[in-house]
Amino acid sequence: MPELLQFLFSGVTVGAVYALVALGFTIIYNASDVVNFAQGEFVMLGGMLTFVCHAAGLPLPLAALIAIAATSAIGVAMNKLAIEPARGAPVVSLIIITIGASIFIRGGAQLLFGKQIHSFPAFSGDTPLRIGGATILPQSLWVIGGAVVVFVGLWLFFTRTLTGRAVLATSNNRLAAQLVGINTGFVMTLSFALSAGIGALAGVLATPITLTSYDVGLAFALKGFAAAMLGGMGNPKGALAGGFLLGLIEALTAGYLSSQYKDAAAFVVILLVLFFMPQGLFGQKSVDRV
Amino acid sequence: MLTVEGLRSRYGRIEVLHGIDLHVDSGEIVTVVGANGAGKTTLLKCLSGTQPVSGGTITFRGETLTGVPAHRRPARGLTQSPEGRQIFTNLTVEENLRLGAYLFTDDRVEKDMGDAFAMFPILREKRNLAAGGLSGGQQQMLAMARALMGRPSCLLLDEPSMGLAPIIVQQIFNVVSGLKALGVTVLLVEQNAFGALKIADRGYVMETGRITMEGAAADLIADPRIREAYLGI
Ligand SMILES: Nc1ncnc2c1ncn2[C@@H]1O[C@H](COP(=O)(O)OP(=O)(O)O)[C@@H](O)[C@H]1O
Ligand SMILES: [Mg+2]
Repeated sequence: MPELLQFLFSGVTVGAVYALVALGFTIIYNASDVVNFAQGEFVMLGGMLTFVCHAAGLPLPLAALIAIAATSAIGVAMNKLAIEPARGAPVVSLIIITIGASIFIRGGAQLLFGKQIHSFPAFSGDTPLRIGGATILPQSLWVIGGAVVVFVGLWLFFTRTLTGRAVLATSNNRLAAQLVGINTGFVMTLSFALSAGIGALAGVLATPITLTSYDVGLAFALKGFAAAMLGGMGNPKGALAGGFLLGLIEALTAGYLSSQYKDAAAFVVILLVLFFMPQGLFGQKSVDRV
Repeated sequence: MLTVEGLRSRYGRIEVLHGIDLHVDSGEIVTVVGANGAGKTTLLKCLSGTQPVSGGTITFRGETLTGVPAHRRPARGLTQSPEGRQIFTNLTVEENLRLGAYLFTDDRVEKDMGDAFAMFPILREKRNLAAGGLSGGQQQMLAMARALMGRPSCLLLDEPSMGLAPIIVQQIFNVVSGLKALGVTVLLVEQNAFGALKIADRGYVMETGRITMEGAAADLIADPRIREAYLGI
């Protein structure tokens, strides 16, 4: 029994990271129908920039804030320089542009930060907490808490605020959004800033556990994307559920079978779900999304 | 209220508006009629700022609209109900209407929504349904109601009768002619020349990017050339 609990703990921790990445996907997708494959690079930048600022002598919270703000700015710049000039191009082209941007960011990070693996101290120490015979790191609780807080924040944003509704309206019909007075250019800027900031936050929270290097982004992007698809692209609830589910499947497979199979098991489940529910678990790209 | 002078617009290298002059005075219903492809939609898109202008000027309530982005024009009182309805299909009827009042947060939004439902009772019945599930006529009503939620002083209406059954067309034209009493000035663009001229004060005839005739709507309806070319009489 403690064994199962242990696997669940590690699954929920990893799942929370996936959920945060998936939530980042959700926002840009909602605003523009674009799946932003540079989302994983935002995670890398969050961890890496925090490391750099911390190593330069800044206190950790300040370093994290700077990293999140800088990553948001990079997200906005990516929108302005790479996505906006191609507005009107088919969504597929835009998605390919985001893949290009992710390669560019990864290359830049390799040049600037080198190939070493980096980390910084956990926020609340490294002493594991014992619960029911299993252990969990305090940093795991930070990651899980982060995912939940971001989820609730986004849910309130999309359902309760006029700006959140403007994002949904822009995604549904950009022309109509302009005609009711929504500044759709600003909606895009905001979406990239938010998405990048959330990605960076994931990197800040996860790095003490997962460590970071210039090339961790791709794996985060793929897993976050898979989680978002599993839950239903565009739905914050789906992103959260998909992230946790994916993390749990991986942890249980790794625990009871072999860690060699964990990726395969995750993708088999995703394929099955998408086969029977093409819109994902919470899909329904329609009214109840709002 | 609205003055257009020498307006030109192009798609790529092809110019489709070759210098349009027209004006709409406060309280009028003015219609621009013309065959498919004449440039009516392009004209309205220029007015709403969703299509680039390559020459000429647009003046609205004494101010030029040159350089004013599309999303700032509703706040000035100029709102377009676009061709093809362009409703928010994923959102409910009520959410569509609320977004129509995106610029406003005061109590009048509720009242305006009540007025919209009074104008189109079917929308009240369907208020909680996804707008994408409405029939064509209902979507057209929603598009007009949403535009009115933006409290326009001048409403730009693009082919509200397109693809609708005659009885629905009649209902929609009745509502348009009733807008006058609400103090809304209307620029109505239509292929259905007869229906549009019947409710308009003045009309313009547009052919391949040029205004070829203009005058009081009653005179245009009586004009033999128009009767032959557009009214099929
Ligand atoms: N997006 C577009 N790209 C290229 N040409 C266009 C586009 N939209 C309209 N046109 C052309 O511009 C002319 C005017 O079209 P439009 O303004 O839609 O006319 P109407 O609304 O009177 O039917 C037509 O010749 C049409 O083929
Ligand atoms: Mg047209």
